[in-house]
Amino acid sequence: MTAPRLVVVDYGMGNLASVAKALERAGAAVTVSDTPEAVRAAGAVVLPGVGAFRDAAARLDASGLGAAVVERITAGVPFLGVCLGLQLLFESSAEGGRRPGLGVLRGTVERLETGLKVPHIGWNTLEWRPAGAGMAAGLPAPAAVYFVHSYAAVPADRGVVAAVTDYGGPHVAAVARDNVWAVQFHPEKSSAVGLRLLRNFVTVAARGG
Amino acid sequence: MHCKRIIPCLDVREGRVVKGVNFVGLRDAGDPVELAARYDAEGADELVFLDITASHERREIITDLAARCAEQVFIPFTIGGGLASEEDVRAILAAGADKVTMNTAAVKDPGLVRRCAERFGSQCVVVAIDAKRVAGTTAGASPRGEQGAGGEEGPGGKEGAGAAQGADEERRPASRWEVYVHGGRTPTGIDALEWAVRAAELGAGEFMLTSMDRDGTLDGYDLELTRAVARAVDVPVIASGGVGTLEHLAQGLTEGEADAVLAASIFHYGTYSIAEARRFLAARGIPVRPVQDAA
Repeated sequence: MTAPRLVVVDYGMGNLASVAKALERAGAAVTVSDTPEAVRAAGAVVLPGVGAFRDAAARLDASGLGAAVVERITAGVPFLGVCLGLQLLFESSAEGGRRPGLGVLRGTVERLETGLKVPHIGWNTLEWRPAGAGMAAGLPAPAAVYFVHSYAAVPADRGVVAAVTDYGGPHVAAVARDNVWAVQFHPEKSSAVGLRLLRNFVTVAARGG
Repeated sequence: MHCKRIIPCLDVREGRVVKGVNFVGLRDAGDPVELAARYDAEGADELVFLDITASHERREIITDLAARCAEQVFIPFTIGGGLASEEDVRAILAAGADKVTMNTAAVKDPGLVRRCAERFGSQCVVVAIDAKRVAGTTAGASPRGEQGAGGEEGPGGKEGAGAAQGADEERRPASRWEVYVHGGRTPTGIDALEWAVRAAELGAGEFMLTSMDRDGTLDGYDLELTRAVARAVDVPVIASGGVGTLEHLAQGLTEGEADAVLAASIFHYGTYSIAEARRFLAARGIPVRPVQDAA
């Protein structure tokens, strides 16, 4: 397997070192970049991010990185969104006043309604759906992963739901459609399970999607 | 299934892991990053690094440790010890740490908790409280010297039994604890429960609660203290100080009502492995992370 040219998109939202190091551990040749040109040249794109949806969406817009990401997704390049990088795929988020997202997937992002403490922080188990078959390959069952979030995606098309987790009710933990994978949890902080999931992505990326 | 967490704590001094017994008599137990990677492989849910000399020696912030750890450790890790400013916190988070603990600095300047929570998010602000029972207030059993192989040593079980039926009364236990700072050297006169409630209001995302009386004793957590704080705040409490047996871990999560249990010696010196701890807790019906030993 040749290591794909994988670009981690740096749009100023959070520390990307952990994501980049974990992808390297999973076998990828990683470039962290903040230019649309680098994204357009990427063999695979990873959109991480921690922070507020509103700021993130504004930064993606202003920098041209958002348009470049959507362009690559449309071209069929393997894509992985992590945490905020999942939420940004949707049409809008309730966080910070209904700011539009990238609109790659139909649906919205809503505040967690759990009756429990929010943010949802810590390890939780995943329940996979058919769309998650590629992501889940080789993972133990049950697999637990590390979450930190206060908002969760509500896809219009339930068929894109790849995994759910139970925290005062079921919440979307991962989505997938064609070349687009995205996870609400942090694979880079989910030990062997997270690294295996990243390796699954790197393997797909090496095949060119 | 939301999981309770098992957290090894690595006390760090001059780049090496040590574990103090009541904060004195340090022993060297290895390279922190190597140990951290081993704990990740063994199934630890998170890691805490505490630079135990920093707060009184004004050591440089251990960003180098954070950066090296971020390259080799793929579970969340927390760094604390001697952090005095937002800039300290920013540097450590930027180097790759997921959370920071603040102790002395937060007591001196509670606004630091609020400023860091607003700037970096509550989820990365852990307030560490070193608490010591105030002499003369009702004390729980402290069976020093007893073999702690799982005896019913619940402090709450003795003095608390009569009055403890009402939740309201237990919110305000007869016992009181005082906050100590500077690595446990300096009493503050501040009530630990009151401080916890205030820090939570300021934005603390989590508490690391250490019983000064129990730390280093292997007698088990101060369960009455742990439970009192867990009930007083709406964020997770990590129980710390005194673990000698796996039973103590279970007690911290059940009787102590903690969300996570922190331990050092029993893991560092190989008394128990993380896997043994996880299996023990799972057998008690406590939700813990399923980890396949050959993942």
